[in-house]
Amino acid sequence: MSAHAQAAGGEGHVVGSAKLFSKVWVWLLLLTALEVFLAYERLAVALMLTILVGLSLIKSALIIAYFMHLRFERLGLFLILVPTMVFCICMMLIMFFPDSVRLIHMRPN
Amino acid sequence: MSETEFEGIVDSPWSGGHSPFAINSKKLGMWLFIVSDTLTFSALLVSYAYVRLSTPDWPRPFEIWPAIAKSSFMTFVLLSSSLTMVLGVAAAHKGDVKKTVRYLIATMICGIAFVLIHATEWVTLFDEGVTPWSNPWHVPLFGGTFFGLTGLHMLHVTIGVAYLGVICWGFARGKWNADHVEVSGLYWHFVDLVWMFIFPMVYLLSVNPK
Repeated sequence: MSAHAQAAGGEGHVVGSAKLFSKVWVWLLLLTALEVFLAYERLAVALMLTILVGLSLIKSALIIAYFMHLRFERLGLFLILVPTMVFCICMMLIMFFPDSVRLIHMRPN
Repeated sequence: MSETEFEGIVDSPWSGGHSPFAINSKKLGMWLFIVSDTLTFSALLVSYAYVRLSTPDWPRPFEIWPAIAKSSFMTFVLLSSSLTMVLGVAAAHKGDVKKTVRYLIATMICGIAFVLIHATEWVTLFDEGVTPWSNPWHVPLFGGTFFGLTGLHMLHVTIGVAYLGVICWGFARGKWNADHVEVSGLYWHFVDLVWMFIFPMVYLLSVNPK
């Protein structure tokens, strides 16, 4: 490795191969295609929202784990970032479904 | 205290002298920014989902062409840009400057394409009378949430393209190293990740089922 290449390389190390990244990319595309297909199925809005968000969570887990390398970092980093974030989002969602559905029934006719 | 004992204390990641996460401060800073930005988008998406579920006559204006076809293609473009970005980061860590610059330029082209296609879609909606304040279906929250969410995301993509441009320029000149490329990559993947929620929740939940 030349001196310039070594300077450009930085402190980090290479993790994952082009093959692995391409595989993840294909999975992400397949999950997106599944979402588009499901959008045309006549399901109740609340059920559809749950399924679509579930699939999106799987996609974001793939992106975070492989593209953002979190799978290859120390467990400590994952533990300090993800559970706190999930907790904050859960706090936003407290009473979400019962309350938003209740509003429909409260509308004046 | 003997020297070995002292070394033993410092060797523990939690006793100082080491980063407990074994990453540089730039990367930790970007991760913390991403967490805070995730919460911003989460708040917007949760409030959108709330009004979406509680409004029975929510408009479903998105036909296969142009909205769904365009937004699906935009998803493909953004996912592909993430692939070129991650390959660019790998090339940067190998010290291959030429390859890294090529991948970063490909990523930026995808980002610009995304913004341009998105802009044409906005223009179509404006022509149909859908604005952030009003629309033909008299559900102003539709425009407010749609343009608010997609607009903030588009702003992130635009800033990301500029950010990658600066990093690409600096890396090619030897000013910055692979760690900078990797940190900019984290931002780019985050922008991609947010779209993975906006696309199904905003577009696919409002498709015209006809």
